[in-house]
Amino acid sequence: MTIRIENLSVTFDGFHALKSVSIAVDKGESFGLVGESGSGKSTLLRAVAGLAPVSAGTIEVNGEALLGNRRSRAFRRAVQMVFQDPYASLHPRQTVDRQLLEPLAIHGIGDGERRILKALDEVGLGSSFRFRYPHQLSGGQRQRVAIARALIVEPEILLLDEPTSALDASVQAEVLNLLEEVRGRHGLTYVMVSHDLGVVTHMCGRLAVMKSGEVVETLAATDLAGGRMVSDYSRRLMVASKGFSREVAPV
Amino acid sequence: MTPLLTVGNLSVTYPTRTGIIEAVRGVSFELGRERLGIVGESGSGKSQTGRAIMGLTPPPGIVRADALSFSGVDLLAATPSTWRDMRGSRLAMILQDPKFSLNPVMTIGRQITETLRHHENVSKREARHRALEMLEAVQISDPERVFSLYPHEVSGGMGQRAMIAMMLVCGPELLIADEPTSALDVTVQLEVLGILDRLVRDKGMGLIFISHDLRLVSSFCDRVLVMYAGRIVEELATADLGGATHPYTRGLLDCTPKIGESRHPLPVLERRKEWAA
Ligand SMILES: Nc1ncnc2c1ncn2[C@@H]1O[C@H](COP(=O)(O)OP(=O)(O)OP(=O)(O)O)[C@@H](O)[C@H]1O
Ligand SMILES: Nc1ncnc2c1ncn2[C@@H]1O[C@H](COP(=O)(O)OP(=O)(O)OP(=O)(O)O)[C@@H](O)[C@H]1O
Ligand SMILES: [Mg+2]
Ligand SMILES: [Mg+2]
Repeated sequence: MTIRIENLSVTFDGFHALKSVSIAVDKGESFGLVGESGSGKSTLLRAVAGLAPVSAGTIEVNGEALLGNRRSRAFRRAVQMVFQDPYASLHPRQTVDRQLLEPLAIHGIGDGERRILKALDEVGLGSSFRFRYPHQLSGGQRQRVAIARALIVEPEILLLDEPTSALDASVQAEVLNLLEEVRGRHGLTYVMVSHDLGVVTHMCGRLAVMKSGEVVETLAATDLAGGRMVSDYSRRLMVASKGFSREVAPV
Repeated sequence: MTPLLTVGNLSVTYPTRTGIIEAVRGVSFELGRERLGIVGESGSGKSQTGRAIMGLTPPPGIVRADALSFSGVDLLAATPSTWRDMRGSRLAMILQDPKFSLNPVMTIGRQITETLRHHENVSKREARHRALEMLEAVQISDPERVFSLYPHEVSGGMGQRAMIAMMLVCGPELLIADEPTSALDVTVQLEVLGILDRLVRDKGMGLIFISHDLRLVSSFCDRVLVMYAGRIVEELATADLGGATHPYTRGLLDCTPKIGESRHPLPVLERRKEWAA
């Protein structure tokens, strides 16, 4: 088991964002998180990264229990997170080049020039983007820089929060293929949040459905796709994923 | 009937140290009281088109157009005070990075009430009441709590809905929504689209709906513009999306992962130089 989360609770000022959540993700697995907006998906990823006020429960990564919000340097290389809001991953006053160089420097990884050009190329950004600042990029270009930044240190575990939500279908397909290819090649483990059930079922073998700070159901992606779910909420999500219809539009 | 919005040969350029970036290159369209979708490649100029219409192009960007007019007002000649009066009340834009675009040091509730009180003569109490109503309308389940939170304390989708609430509270005539539902779960997404749909149908609002989600655009919009490398490469009635002729649009339809399909790797586009000509 690479990630084992048991009875995890996160509380902000008396508000229970996560209520005793448990999930377990195997090494090399790609695990999805879907569910209601505000249900605690990002909070769950942030808790693993040591960025949320955990009030109860345990998080174990690679067999090691994580205490509080302290994370070792080795952890910070092995586990990379792509934030939902790409601005949050990126430093506003640093060029793309600096942002990609920094994690390499921190973790003592050489060959920066080549790695930076390769990382940019892999996410479909040419070298002409190298010296831009985040505000000089489009939403999807920023998101791709954040992905490049997470991949450049060759992590073991990727926590991906809506990694392709700002990408058009053509670039999304490239990024999803890249993520699958990297995972296949290096046996990475992914935990991936997405509102797009097509994307989650494409990328993940199993997934958890969340609502109001709780996991309502954990199931195989093929079961979701095949309509074999137990909770009403999962069923409602599947119906809604068919698209907008004026006939059934809520009044 | 004169259109609500006329955009004629719009271009947006950014001079940089390493040369000029042409973000938008000669975009023209008209908008009535309808739902117009804009789809297109990441970086193709969708947001920059929306921002230029709203007079929100950041320096050192340069906006040029043969025509840019909203309901008879020449936007190219609009003074800062005209903009202050119109923006947020008659014309509004839901920006793509809502949490970044909201004021980080002001609560969500205060941002909505201030927008309202800037444009309408309402009491504090009335403003609070309307803000809470608006938050509830966008499916925020505990509006009182969210009202008093700061942007960094809400989830991605809640920030997006806060911004939607802020932009709708004054009842604009033209709304540009830049990826307004990308952070929403599909059930909330449909509720929000329902609200936008009714504003177009019942209040005659004009809506520009920028999205990369073809499935949503095709089920929600009347017409769709497809952008590539700063230009409009195709315009379609959404009913005819399947009959798209531009290879980019056709490629898009093919490379979306769908539930219940297994295609690994996904097909990708073979982009051609001439598409960006
Ligand atoms: N710093 C904070 N202070 C107070 N409340 C917070 C804070 N961070 C998160 N929350 C609350 O925790 C809840 C869960 O937020 P989270 O971001 O995990 O949701 P999510 O499932 O990722 O939603 P979305 O799909 O909209 O991104 C929300 O109600 C949010 O307001
Ligand atoms: N301030 C700026 N300075 C220089 N170039 C910019 C600036 N803002 C945007 N650009 C460039 O303009 C082009 C169009 O950007 P825009 O944000 O309109 O793309 P978009 O179609 O909205 O893409 P996405 O779907 O990724 O959000 C991009 O290539 C971007 O890098
Ligand atoms: Mg989130
Ligand atoms: Mg954009």
